[in-house]
Amino acid sequence: MSSTLLRSAPALRGALRASGAIKPAAMGSMSFVRGKATLPDMPYDYGALEPYISGKIMELHHKKHHQTYVNGLNSALETIEEAKSKGDFTKAASIAPLLNFHGGGHINHSLFWENLAPASREGGGEPDGALKKAIDSDFGSFDTFRKQMNTALAGIQGSGWAWLVKDKSAGTLGLVTRANQDPVSGPYVPLMGIDAWEHAYYLQYENRKAEYFEAIWNVINWKTVAARFEKA
Amino acid sequence: MVNISNLWHYLALQSPLHSTTLSGDSFNITTMGLTTYTLPALPYAYDALEPHISAQIMELHHSKHHQAYVTNLNKALESHAAALAANDVAAQIALQQAIKFNGGGHINHSLFWKNLAPTGSEETRPDAAKELVAAIEKTWGSFDSFKKAFSATLLSLQGSGWGWLVKEAGNGGGLRIVTTKDQDPVVGGDVPIFGVDMWEHAYYLQYLNGKAAYVENIWNVINWETAEARFSGRSDEKTEL
Repeated sequence: MSSTLLRSAPALRGALRASGAIKPAAMGSMSFVRGKATLPDMPYDYGALEPYISGKIMELHHKKHHQTYVNGLNSALETIEEAKSKGDFTKAASIAPLLNFHGGGHINHSLFWENLAPASREGGGEPDGALKKAIDSDFGSFDTFRKQMNTALAGIQGSGWAWLVKDKSAGTLGLVTRANQDPVSGPYVPLMGIDAWEHAYYLQYENRKAEYFEAIWNVINWKTVAARFEKA
Repeated sequence: MVNISNLWHYLALQSPLHSTTLSGDSFNITTMGLTTYTLPALPYAYDALEPHISAQIMELHHSKHHQAYVTNLNKALESHAAALAANDVAAQIALQQAIKFNGGGHINHSLFWKNLAPTGSEETRPDAAKELVAAIEKTWGSFDSFKKAFSATLLSLQGSGWGWLVKEAGNGGGLRIVTTKDQDPVVGGDVPIFGVDMWEHAYYLQYLNGKAAYVENIWNVINWETAEARFSGRSDEKTEL
């Protein structure tokens, strides 16, 4: 598939999916069909984030990596279901790490695709309105927030993610990092995530991850982030 | 055997020594008791592991990634020495994670380069490790079942990390397959016999998301001579980091 993949009929595919769905959108933006997790369509073409993220990275990242998490999640859920039906709760519990890893991978990537957008469309710039106000009040300024997020990303030792979150108990915005595919949970609502796994940038930026962390601000979809903020 | 304790050991030695130790292909400079670590030379050319690991991967991995661990280890140790001198315990504690991560990165990669060998070389034949292979066969039933078990362990790693064959400190020195996350090194007296880097930077440029193929191919460039030396205790690597 070329990096400028044309998505021929997303609406049709969406309609087909909806007709078969018995439990749609059970977990935020994660898609499920007949109780199974499915790979969500990308909201833009693979090449749409160039030159900041290459089409090849986006294609592998979505079609291979995200798909693997979807498959792993379904397989973990099946194993748990099977163990449950046999009353084997020890076996069911032993699947917890796989459920966390693949379920987290599915959640994180689903959120990630949506909080990115082509620079020629909603991508980049700065947030406005209530979100801008909250960032200014909780971080001092957008620039300070950006610097803190990049420092957090650079400080991840191994694979992981950094997130702008809303702390529901305190009502404030904050920054958190998560190892591997651990999803954001507890009092935190994820508003915007940046993937710091090497597969997210290595083909284009190699070991120069600081350049990737700089570039990605050109394709952050603040409209999506603001909508998540309003709902949180 | 190289061990994180080497890094800690000199910190206790606040002697006013000025010495340069040349050991094998790397040299570390010790000034006022503070050793500055340096990137060891690769024991083969960047393209020596082709076609199993590309020259581009090897060059970035060694000259950029490993170098970054060395640079950041030295920075962390310098700050730690200053914190020691200032009796600032909180600052010493704050630096521990950076020392573990970068010190581990330096140790792990130093071990890794030496437990790989050029494609087609004598060292890549398991015949070069007669004692070790016998112990492996005794533990796993056959060399093939060991390879399968080791490969499966590598592929089940979640996130960045390493897979190791170790000779245990206890348990009668038995062999065991272990994983360490991120850059955690093998510590506690277990002897790492050989390690395989499962960070994506170790294979992505060549294998992309196909890490199973990387794992399959790495068996072609394991240095069994090094593995045998580490297993039998004849390795002199203790002095080389």
